[in-house]
Order: sequence, then structure tokens, then C-alpha cells
Amino acid sequence: MKSIKKFDYYILLEKITPLIAVIFALLVGAIVIMLIGENPVFVYKTLFSNAIGNRDGWGNVLFRATPLIFTGLTVAFAFRCGLFNIGGEGQMYIGTFLATWVGFTFTNLPAFILIPLCILAAAAGGALWAAVPGILKAKTGVHEVIVTIMMNWIAASLTFFLVLKFKAPPTAAMVAAGVKQMIPHTSEIAEAARLPRLYTIFKFLNINFPSYNQVNVSFLIAVGVAILAYYILWKTNLGYEIRAVGYSPLAAEYGGISVAKNIILAMVISGAFAGLVGTNEVMGFKYRWRQELFTGLGFNGIAVALLGKNHPLGVVLAAILFGILNYGGAIVNIFTEGRIPRELIMVLQAVIVIFVVISDEVVKRLIRQRRKTL
Amino acid sequence: MPEIALEMKNITKRFPLVVANDKVSFTVYKGEIHALVGENGAGKSTLMSILYGLYQADSGQIFINGKKINIANPNVAINLKIGMVHQHFMLVPPLTVAENIILGMEPKKNNIFIDMEKAIKRVEELSESMGFKIDPKAKIENISVGIQQRVEIIKVLYRGAEILVMDEPTAVLTPQEVEELFGILRSLKKQGKTIIFITHKLNEVKDVSDRVTVMRRGKVVGVKNTKDTNQEEIASMMVGRKVIFEIEKKPLNLGKTALKVEKLEALNNKGLPAVKNISFEIKEGEILGFAGVEGNGQTELVEVITGLRPASSGKIFLYDKDITNYSPRSIREDKIAHIPEDRRQRGIISNYTVAENLILGSHYRSPFNKGLTLNFTAINNHANNLIKDFDIRPSDKDNLLKSLSGGNQQKVIVARELYGEPKLLIAAQPTRGLDVGSIEFVHQQILNERDKGKAILLISADLEEILSLSDRIAVIYEGKIVDVLDPKKTDEKEIGLLMTGSTTNKKLSKVK
Repeated sequence: MKSIKKFDYYILLEKITPLIAVIFALLVGAIVIMLIGENPVFVYKTLFSNAIGNRDGWGNVLFRATPLIFTGLTVAFAFRCGLFNIGGEGQMYIGTFLATWVGFTFTNLPAFILIPLCILAAAAGGALWAAVPGILKAKTGVHEVIVTIMMNWIAASLTFFLVLKFKAPPTAAMVAAGVKQMIPHTSEIAEAARLPRLYTIFKFLNINFPSYNQVNVSFLIAVGVAILAYYILWKTNLGYEIRAVGYSPLAAEYGGISVAKNIILAMVISGAFAGLVGTNEVMGFKYRWRQELFTGLGFNGIAVALLGKNHPLGVVLAAILFGILNYGGAIVNIFTEGRIPRELIMVLQAVIVIFVVISDEVVKRLIRQRRKTL
Repeated sequence: MPEIALEMKNITKRFPLVVANDKVSFTVYKGEIHALVGENGAGKSTLMSILYGLYQADSGQIFINGKKINIANPNVAINLKIGMVHQHFMLVPPLTVAENIILGMEPKKNNIFIDMEKAIKRVEELSESMGFKIDPKAKIENISVGIQQRVEIIKVLYRGAEILVMDEPTAVLTPQEVEELFGILRSLKKQGKTIIFITHKLNEVKDVSDRVTVMRRGKVVGVKNTKDTNQEEIASMMVGRKVIFEIEKKPLNLGKTALKVEKLEALNNKGLPAVKNISFEIKEGEILGFAGVEGNGQTELVEVITGLRPASSGKIFLYDKDITNYSPRSIREDKIAHIPEDRRQRGIISNYTVAENLILGSHYRSPFNKGLTLNFTAINNHANNLIKDFDIRPSDKDNLLKSLSGGNQQKVIVARELYGEPKLLIAAQPTRGLDVGSIEFVHQQILNERDKGKAILLISADLEEILSLSDRIAVIYEGKIVDVLDPKKTDEKEIGLLMTGSTTNKKLSKVK
């Protein structure tokens, strides 16, 4: 009986490898901070106390975590079907642009129609963009990694083309000053298309929360989508089939499951998650499309999914951790008057990812060694 | 008293979930062929892995030629002249026979270049010493499995082995090749080599070994001189109870034609013809066995019938319905059950639980699926019932399939496939790699289905299985049915010749 307990202990270890990785990464970060000549205890204290030591900090963390939840789920969901969707960036672009277009085009619709319509447009845009690699993979076997990467560039170029087509007219102030748009951007979406900030809900509940905090309803949508992803994967027939294809396409085929159909569906759903980033970035924050070449949110989703072990709950937690590091890092940068660069936080994130991969492999080998019997 | 070549004393090896070897003592005399038998999981492989230095024993000692030794890794074992012929060959396909044999111990010319001439000469010497010829310049990928095994044996001898461990060497061979292998083993014995022969197959123990050690659940349950024992005794020692060897078959009771295959053709994965103009029928209550060396179109034939591979021409009828090139799902809905030959890749999803595996193929139908969501009450009840009916162990429906033994994985497949009263059962290599107890179980299930009036297509590389279960035997060679035989009027020898492409003059009356 004792030996069985020991075995469970290894299983537990397997589950918490990301936590171990985070601890190791923070230690490595501490060494780097010391090399720069700063005090790691002070840096970490500043980082964490500002990020999660008060409500404003938490709001900022969750605001930064929201898009990462969406893009993390994008990667995790496709991965459950055995697909490596690294096209979250492009799917996010198309979804977000489509939502923006709906938002500034159908300006006379009431909020209770326009908001759902914009959300739907965001999801549909992402889904559409992911459907292409899905169909190509299912029908011709072209690897999804290649196609999604190329689709990222097409999305960036396409939105660039579209933003110039739908460029906002210059404001009176700009005309007076004789300046042009520095970053190409569209008109603002209608008031009725905007998601309220969480501040309004807290106010209603009589909870003290700063009104300027940018965290908005999109965070709740993200959490809802994570629950939805979990529900689809583990409680529905569709999820059973998607995971079966992911684990063993041959066995799935044998069991009468259409591998092609599930690959396409998994990509479409995964892409829809990416498109929903638009609910935070446009509907809840900028209220307009502003052209950038890759925000990195889509790519960071890969790290988030990896850290979250491709599980929706893990993705939410990993996204929050990245939110803490992003926001806390910015604060540390200000507090140390730039002596600790923000890039240090990127190093930390990268080290975490590397340690997740390493500790995953180490624990796997430990378990294999234990299990290698008979 | 014969000289002792190897003695393992009180070997204990614990793994977290099991005691794989529990105070095992194992003695092998110099120059004997010693069979080591036991069911899967009995601890044979663990014991041999300890001998070969792949594992360290928790306690116990090993003596070779009377000297106590410590085998830390396989290199130590090789230096001690212990050689292992693995069940899965460790050969490099594009290299030649000689190149594979010398790999890692190449003879050198001027300390720089490989001395191929010397290598080839040595390989020829070794093969002649065992009474066969081998082409040292042939590439591994171009020679048969039987010859590849000889290469493995030469490889071990080249490294100077005096004690050879052979892990289930006959699993991949045809009956003729098995005979030839036994000839090789006997000539090695004559040269004074010591051979440890791991097997499940009791007739082989009887044929070739001098002594036999039987293991069960990590313990040695008996050591016998082969000539003083018999198959029944060894089998009951292995499983711990009496085993029924003679399969009781009820008289044939044929019904309507269930499956009719007409001039079927199909390609393999490389796009070459694999199934060539095959026609046959199976009636209700009948088992049609397909005998043949693996890779002669059996796999493709089954895949075409089950919808996993398109037919390039020809027709398949289930009763009167043309099901040619239907999807796997609709063929399942027409009640064709399939125990696939590739258990691990096709038959199970090893990361799914027992309960999840038991609904594969019917997961989208009532009662397991209600609307969009799975009905876990129904799924769990279904699992608990089948676990009980088919005695799947451990009996927890939430275990991942990969944690089950091969025999229990196969029980999960059999339970799933027989559920829902199939009209046709296709069983491909249904007992491969299973232990005696599980084989008995699977055979009984197949016969029950036959007696219930189901049509059964059995494919097996195990001729004993084909002969004892089938009502008719079709021999398949290079994608064609070369003959159809009556199992009562044929034997392993005749089938063995037919399935390797030689034709017999003795034409048997076909039971058609």
C-alpha cells in the first residue's frame, strides 16, 4: 500500500511541474537581478506587492491576462486535437478587425444587439481564419504549423489594407494642426458596442474600485470561454471525438470518428477563441482598430498554454501569472527608474517556459522509470 | 552434477506497484537450453533485464561460473559473455548484414579503417558453425524476418557470448522458420553455448528445451526436466489452475451467407496492390480463418471490409447490402465488429479511461450521448457491467487503458466489440502477445459468438489458433487466396508451405 502512495506522489508531481518551473525561474531571475547589481528581494517585493497587493493592481493584472486567456485557450484547444495552432495572432487580427468593423458600421443598433453582434463577429473572424489551415490539413495533409504561420502574415497585411480603406477621418484638431494619423486606425466603434469596465459592476455592488482601471467585461467573457472549452472537451460528444483524434487518429478512425471533420472543427473553435481577443482590445479598451505588426499576444498564447498544461483552468492561471509579471514588471521599471528593464520580465517568462519543458521531461522520465516494470 | 553456468539467488526487484521478482532463484547449467516460461507480467523479462544489467536488483546475488558478480550495465554483461536477442530486432535496415553485426565492435585496418574483409569472413565462419549460410553483403531491409533473427544471433556470438538470452524468439516466425531456429539452437548447444529461451508457447518448450523454469506473479513456481513433464502440467503451473487445451467445438450449424466478398482489390500504403482479386463467403455460425505470413494482404483486407481503406475494385456484401467503401461509422452501424490486429494503435486510446474506451464507436449514440452532452451515468453503468462480465482487471472504470496489461486491454476491446450483438465479427490477431489465461478467454468468446450463429472472420499468424478455431481455412499469400482447406484434413506443415508460396500437390477437397 505504501508503494501506491509513492506512485500517486509522482502523479501529483507531474501536475505541479509548472509551479516548480516558476519557482526555479524566479531563482534564475534573482541571479540576473543580482548581476545587474540590484536587490532581488526588493525587486520581487515591489513586483508582487504592486501587482497583487491591492485591487487596482489586480485589475491591471486581469486586464493584461484577458487576451492571454483567449490566445492560450486557442493553442490548448487545438492541441487537444493534436494540432499546433500557432496562428492565434492572425486569427486574433481578423476577428478583432471584423468586430471593429461591425462596431463602427452598425452604429444605430441598440447595445443589447450590437454587443452580441460584435462578439459574434470577433469569434467568426477568428474561426474563418483558422478554418483555412484546418481544411487544408484535413483534406490535403498540409501541416497546420506552416499554414497558420503564413496566415499570420496574410492577416497582418490584409488588416493593413483594410485599415487604410476604413481610415478614420482626421479630427478637427488634426486638420487645424495640419498633422496626419501617425498609426493608421479606424473610426471608433459605437458607444453601444463598448463593453463596460468592471468598475461599473463593482460600483453597483458597492465595492471600492478605481474607475480608471481598464479591466472590463471581456475578462468575464474569457473566464466563460475557458469554462466553455472545458465543457466542450470533457462533457460533450464533440470533445470526446476531438480528444480521441488528438490522442490516436488511427483508433479514432477505427471507432467511426471522422478525423477530417474533427480537425476542421477543432481549428474553427480554436480560432474563434483567438478572435475573441477583440472583445478586450477593441470593445473594452481602445474602441478602435489600430494597426500594428504583431502584438505578440497570439504567440504568448503558446507559452501560456504550455505553462497551463493545455488545460483551460491551467491556461487561466498561467495567463494571470503572465499578467502579474507584465504589470509588475512595468511597475518595477518605474520604481527603479529604469535600472531594471522591462525586458527582464520577458527573460523571466522565457525562463519559465524553458523550465516547464525541462521539468516536464524530467518528471516524465522519473515516472517512466518507476513504471517500467513487467 | 552438471556444471553451473549461471546462478541467480534470491533476486528481489520491487517497482512501486508490484514486486516484479520476489526472491527468485534461477539456475542454468552449462550447455543446456533452458526455457523460462510464465504469463505476461510473471517477471521473466524483469529477471532477464537484471541479468543483462538493464535493471539493478534490490537484493540477491548473481554468480557466473561460480563467481559472484555485479552487473551494473549491459556493457558489463557483454564482457561477461552474456548476449541478448531481443524480441524486437535492433538492426539498422539500410546497412548490410556484416555491417550490422560489427556495429560498435568494428575490426580495424591500420587502426583507422574498417576491415570489411575480416568482418565478412568472421560472419561467414559464425554462420557456418551453426549450419547455415548467410549473405554478409545483403541489406537488412531486403531479407526476411527469419534471416534477420539469425543476424541478431550472429551479432551476439560475434561479441563472444557464451550465455544467450532469447526473448520470445519464435513470435515472429513461420512454422518452418521455427524449425530452422530450433536447429540453430541445437547446434549452438553442441558448441557448448548456454541458452535461456523465454516463451509462452508450451509446445516449443517441449520441442527444444532441456529444462524449464516456470514463473508466476514474480515467483518461481517450479523447475522441471522437460522430459519429465508435459504441457498440461506446465500450463497449470503458469496460471495456477487447470487449463483446457482441447477446445470443445460444437458441430457446425450453418445459416445464411453473412459476408460475401467478390473480386476485391485494394492497394497498400505505398500504392501497390495488396489485396488481389479476393473472393470468399462466410455463413452464419461459421469461422473462416485466414492463415498467412504477416504482410501478405491480411491487414489491408480487413481494413477494406471495415471501411478503413478504400477498395479499388470488387464488392463487399453484408447479407444483401452492398457495403463497399462505406464509412467506418456506417459499417459499424451495420453491425460489423472488429478486433483490430494493432491493438495499441487502432484498438484502444491508451490515454482514455476504461469507461471511455468501452464506448468508442457508440459514443455518439443513445444512451451514451444525449443531445450534445455525454451521459456519464449510462457510460459508467455500461463500463461497470462490462468490467464485471468480462472480468477486466483492475476493475476500476477510471483507470487509463495504458495502465492495463495487454490481456486486459484486449478484454476491453473484446467486451466493446461484442456488445450490441454484431452480425459479423472480424478478429485480427486476437491473441497476439497475450498470456495463456487471456488466450483461453478470447478463444472462448469467439467460439461463443460462432455458436450464437454469428459469422466470424479470423486472421492469425498463429497456426495453432487457426487450426483449432476455424471451420474453414483460407491461406493467403501475396494478396491472393492460394487455397481453402478443411482444418480436419490439414496440418501446420501443409499450411506452412502454402503460406510461404510453395504449392502442394495434394489438393484437398474444398469445403465451399
